[in-house]
Amino acid sequence: MSLFLQIALAVILVMMLFFLWPTFKHWQEHGPKAKAGDWQAVILPLALVVGLVVLLIALVR
Amino acid sequence: MANVDYSIVRGAERAVATNKVLKNTYLLLSATLAFSAVMAAVSMALALPSWMYLVSVIGAILMGMFVLPRTANSSAGIGVIFGITGLLGLGLGSILTAYLALPKGPEIIATAFGGTGLIFLGLSGYALTAKRDFSFLGGFVFAGMMVVLIAVVANLFLQMPALSLAISAAIILLMSAFILFDTSRIVNGGETNYIMATYGLYLSIFNIFISLLQILGIMSGDD
Repeated sequence: MSLFLQIALAVILVMMLFFLWPTFKHWQEHGPKAKAGDWQAVILPLALVVGLVVLLIALVR
Repeated sequence: MANVDYSIVRGAERAVATNKVLKNTYLLLSATLAFSAVMAAVSMALALPSWMYLVSVIGAILMGMFVLPRTANSSAGIGVIFGITGLLGLGLGSILTAYLALPKGPEIIATAFGGTGLIFLGLSGYALTAKRDFSFLGGFVFAGMMVVLIAVVANLFLQMPALSLAISAAIILLMSAFILFDTSRIVNGGETNYIMATYGLYLSIFNIFISLLQILGIMSGDD
């Protein structure tokens, strides 16, 4: 049962890859480009997320 | 004759439309999360087996790919999104049943729940107040999503704990970026369909919760 479900999920995930490809191409080619300071504005909150996850790991250890 | 500045009028109309999408998205998101929680409780009460998680994920992916895009512009889309989130709730319940059997299970679940809430509220609040357009993240998040999908497919058969941990960490970062991207698109008028907006945010929250559960489970030494 489990192996059959794993194979089914793998097939669907591969199908999802083909579904995602046009969206990825669209954003890559026509999506807005980052301006100065944009990446810093993303990296800071993501670094805080990493810090929070590390804190949560320390809490459950 | 009065000289009306139509750019201001149009700007105000756009702001009203954006606020409406934002309000409807958060209302529907709250309702779907509550419905998921109820379905998870039902699944736990029925003690559904853990393979139910795979069944629910397969069903939800298929509905999300083939049914939701066709119904998102009609009232039927509401029923479909509740169907998807209810299904994922059922699957989540079977996972939670397995975690509750661990010695530190309840603590891990509560920590993952709190952490997911903090991440979502923090990032949403940031995206809403930052006055920045995060849609430049589009290429990055979809490329990341494809890489993660390939890794997930590989690990379905390899079953490597280290790769599983790396995938969970990558999913948390990727879904965090998706929250910024999706919220920013709603705020800046890039997403006008609140059902699709809810679907995107719901999936980010769901994936962060599942990944946090897995990371905390492995790192606590219980998994």
